[in-house]
Amino acid sequence: MFVRFLEIIGASVLELLYFIGDVMLLFIGAVKQMPVKIRPGHVIHQMSHLGVDTLPIVSLTMMFTGMVMTLQVANEFIKMGAESTVGGIIAIAIGRELGPVLVGVVAAGRVGSAMTAEISTMKVTEQIDALRVMGTNPLGYLVVPRMLACMIMVPLLTVYGDVIGVVGGWGVAKYYSGISSYVYVNSIPEYAVLNDLTGGLIKAVVFGVVIAVLGCYYGMKAPEGAEGVGKATTKSVVSAIVVIFMLNVLLSMVLY
Amino acid sequence: MIKIENVSMSFGDKKVLDNINLEIKDGETLAIIGGSGSGKSTLLRLMIGLDRPTSGKIWLGDKDIAHMPEKELDEIRLHMGMVFQYSALFDSMTVGDNVAFGLREHTDYSEEKIAEIVKEKLDVVGLPNTETMMPGELSGGMKKRVSLARAIAFGPEIIFYDEPSSGLDPIMTDKIDELIISTQKRLGVTSVVVTHDMESAIHIADRIAMIYEGKLIATDTVDNFRRIEDPRVRAFLRGLYIGKEA
Repeated sequence: MFVRFLEIIGASVLELLYFIGDVMLLFIGAVKQMPVKIRPGHVIHQMSHLGVDTLPIVSLTMMFTGMVMTLQVANEFIKMGAESTVGGIIAIAIGRELGPVLVGVVAAGRVGSAMTAEISTMKVTEQIDALRVMGTNPLGYLVVPRMLACMIMVPLLTVYGDVIGVVGGWGVAKYYSGISSYVYVNSIPEYAVLNDLTGGLIKAVVFGVVIAVLGCYYGMKAPEGAEGVGKATTKSVVSAIVVIFMLNVLLSMVLY
Repeated sequence: MIKIENVSMSFGDKKVLDNINLEIKDGETLAIIGGSGSGKSTLLRLMIGLDRPTSGKIWLGDKDIAHMPEKELDEIRLHMGMVFQYSALFDSMTVGDNVAFGLREHTDYSEEKIAEIVKEKLDVVGLPNTETMMPGELSGGMKKRVSLARAIAFGPEIIFYDEPSSGLDPIMTDKIDELIISTQKRLGVTSVVVTHDMESAIHIADRIAMIYEGKLIATDTVDNFRRIEDPRVRAFLRGLYIGKEA
């Protein structure tokens, strides 16, 4: 019984190590392809795709997150007479943690899944083989533009999301909790520093790479058939979200 | 010349190809026939380097591609073209962009020159003025012809066809067969056609090779192939002749 238990643990660890190794190989392969050929048209196409797809949901997510954060924080802080810190606290929380993580999760769900679905369909219909037959490296053609687009767009969306979140917080602070705009806005530069924003942006770049690499990895490894495409898409989103949360802890320890 | 030397291929415990030896001469059309799951498509994928054999060598001229790094293989693939079983057209691109793909990726030709080549190749396969159409708007036969136009756009020396007649009606099958013959004559290319359609194989090929359960059991000219007494070959041929006489 105990031996069987150890076997199961061992097999799971091995599977995890294979997975990490495979993903790292894809990432390194894509990085190696970057100096070979960058396709600016493809990068811009992916960027616009990513922006258009995620902007509305980023707006809604960050707006409501900023609002509910303020709702909880403001009431308690007013009781303690610390309403002059609410804007700063909201800005720090959003800039350091909530902005990059929530934008990353939204992008993983919206764009990572689309990447997996598109690439796995290309695989099933032999389009990736067709690329190889025509002497074009699929990592350079498919993964590099998506990775670059995510590395650029996830931080940009994070900055946008941070602003929307803080604005959402201001709305609740002013109209629900009765904190004046002057107090809310002035507390932001008083407590938040540039590192809160830049740290969040570094996280966003890393999350962008995670979303693109996992989205493409699951697409390229998708089993044959429609069911395979569906399963690959789900796995891609779930693992990207889990990895984002795990890396967020690690990055927070390193950056702050 | 393509020379396949003692090539075996396994997927896990399953041996798909067993010690294959085969030579394909420059400028000839070789049809590789066999039933479903016999290993003929795997052999084709090995010849173009999409898969690597478990053992053995595959010579293209004086280069063994079986163990060649992918980057080096990419250079060699520029001299090859492939028509896939289900065409494998890029469905997010127009027909014109599909045919122009290799030219845009690997040459610095102007867009005018590329458009000229695309038009010429589409004319060759009998699909003039289809540049702006999307693959989703095409029939199966048209897709195959666009796939051929894409394969010949870069001026290959070898063209591989994977089941070119699968999923097509008899008239379209004949049309594709004629296109394979005319392309071979016009460009002087070496053609390797994987098919389970004996009638097509006899029509288009100079020689026929038959794979049965992963083993190469017969290779000969079309006329000699028809006279082979091996019961496995006879069984495959009988399917054709019984059908014809009826």
